[in-house]
Amino acid sequence: MSKFLARRLVTRCFSSRPLHVCIVGSGPAGFYTADKLLKAHEGARIDIIDRLPTPYGLVRSGVAPDHPETKIAINQFSRVAQHERCAFYGNVKLGSDLSLSELRDLYHVKHGLFRLYLHMVLKVTKILAFQSLGGVFSAREFVWWYNGHPDYSSLKPDLKSSDTAVILGQGNVALDVARIFLRPTTELASTDIATHALSALEESSIRKVYLVGRRGPVQAALTAKELREILGIKNLHIRIKETDLSVTPADEEEMKSSRARKRIYELLSKAAAAAKGTSEGDCGQRELHFVFFRQPERFLESDESKGHVSGVNLEKTILESVGSGKQIAVGTGEFEDINCSMVLKAIGYKSVPVNGLPFDHKKGIVPNVRGRVVSGDISQTEPGLYVCGWLKRGPVGIIATNLYCAEETVGSISQDIEEEGVGKGEKEGSKGLMQLLEKKEVKMVGSSGWEKIDAKEKQMGIDRNKPREKLVTWEDLLAAASADS
Amino acid sequence: MLFHRLSRLGSRIVKELPRERHFSVSGMRVLQRSYSQYLQSSAVTQRQSRTFQQAFFSSNYNLCTSFSTISETEKINVIFVDKDGEEIHIKVPVGMNILEAAHENDIELEGACECSLACSTCHVIVMDTEYYNKLEEPTDEENDMLDLAFGLTETSRLGCQVIAKPELDGIRLAIPSATRNFAVDGFVPKPH
Repeated sequence: MSKFLARRLVTRCFSSRPLHVCIVGSGPAGFYTADKLLKAHEGARIDIIDRLPTPYGLVRSGVAPDHPETKIAINQFSRVAQHERCAFYGNVKLGSDLSLSELRDLYHVKHGLFRLYLHMVLKVTKILAFQSLGGVFSAREFVWWYNGHPDYSSLKPDLKSSDTAVILGQGNVALDVARIFLRPTTELASTDIATHALSALEESSIRKVYLVGRRGPVQAALTAKELREILGIKNLHIRIKETDLSVTPADEEEMKSSRARKRIYELLSKAAAAAKGTSEGDCGQRELHFVFFRQPERFLESDESKGHVSGVNLEKTILESVGSGKQIAVGTGEFEDINCSMVLKAIGYKSVPVNGLPFDHKKGIVPNVRGRVVSGDISQTEPGLYVCGWLKRGPVGIIATNLYCAEETVGSISQDIEEEGVGKGEKEGSKGLMQLLEKKEVKMVGSSGWEKIDAKEKQMGIDRNKPREKLVTWEDLLAAASADS
Repeated sequence: MLFHRLSRLGSRIVKELPRERHFSVSGMRVLQRSYSQYLQSSAVTQRQSRTFQQAFFSSNYNLCTSFSTISETEKINVIFVDKDGEEIHIKVPVGMNILEAAHENDIELEGACECSLACSTCHVIVMDTEYYNKLEEPTDEENDMLDLAFGLTETSRLGCQVIAKPELDGIRLAIPSATRNFAVDGFVPKPH
């Protein structure tokens, strides 16, 4: 008991000295890190900067509009932002408004949390990655479009050319997108979906969505909650081939070691059995097809409208064990096509490097040891520089994964404060940042600016029976942030 | 907006209480009806025969407990074992969920989705199988979230779904050490 007290006293002595921290990125990784830092160090003064004028990262721009309960985490984040030792600085971009070295001069601890996306990188064929046809989007672009991200509001995807969309990938992002295509728009109308997307969906002719995965139902990356949800959509016909559901001993092993996989397989089997009785294609009925053991070879170009996609050419696959219970997809040389006017690639993200930070291009992360950024070989730690979130672990995980990720990184920071002298010396922190931003004439959006945007969106939402009506252009966001109250 | 009006109504009621004998009978009934709509609790309608003053104070208190008793709220002993192995003994009123109880006692148990079965951050491990078996079976929705919990065990449950009842007196709940699991299992890809 006394050892515990002594430890606490020591940390208190260190903790009350001002510790100026800058966190780049205001998504879950940023806020959970800020939360834990504030609790661990009484002297921590944290500035969270973000490229967008709105905080919360993917919770605002990635979580589907019909998943409001997933956005509840924002309540905790906003409590952190309102903490007296924490400040939010939106519309500040690392790279163009500020350089990493300027931040390092101002702060004791600099934390990189952004997960900058590139286009989805298809690991299968180079051709696909470089084919640019109209109607082919990364799911990320499509999600940002219907979630009103200011960079994608004018995407204008064509939803009227045919009745079929193909989604490459079977993770939760793929399911989100499929659900937005197939859910009755009356249900979407009362969510915070961007109005331009709702209008487009109301006129959409898309009735069939194919979810294409290169492996089988046992390996699908989706989770039970989302699967259950989409299987439960009214008047939606599910199509799963029974042959796809046959299970090999290797599959059995995978299911034995993961109850999640087992439950998902059972859900898919039940859905396939239930679908067996129903009739094929009433015209115009909404259908969701789970296509397994197919990997994309190339996109087909339309003859009638050049430069636009008309289908996907898929190669049949079989699974091969590669040890440690893992199975990979291997092409068989047999091909087939699915005709469609829209393709969404939902097979994973990749981060882009940041000027000044070391980067591992293969893994798409900043090389680190428990959150401490390292350059060159592992022994060279960059002092005062840490990562958390997707930039640290790769673009995988759920919102909550960042909780534990933040715990680990903050643990490293605390250790470095005690043992490596991080936090010693005078730094200007917020004061210096404000001066620098003023000098560069950067129109920063602080918490009060965000609160004005928030209030305006909620007010506009009331008129349309939505939780909020998002402002979807940079101009509107910045205008609302600086409006007189 | 309705809430705002009702809460103003509520504060007016409190101010008027000393003068309640001047209310007309129908006036009181209207106030009781509005208040019960706000509470959405059958407990309030049961009290229509009592004076409004008694109803105001006791219905609030009875929200967390069973409707049938008016006696002192029963509390059970719950022992939390945190990531460092330290035990924290608390008393939890019957009817309260474990996550709420943890927060009331400043125990570090996360609740990112605030009890809406949309996360697994309140994951606790029931340390004795005997107690685990006394709990109601988890619903599909809870199991879906448990699938994603870090350090999942055979006796894992979501804290927000464990409701205190007399049979659980003495239950020991471990808060999983996620960081340890995290570093070890870091290679396991988790879905988005």
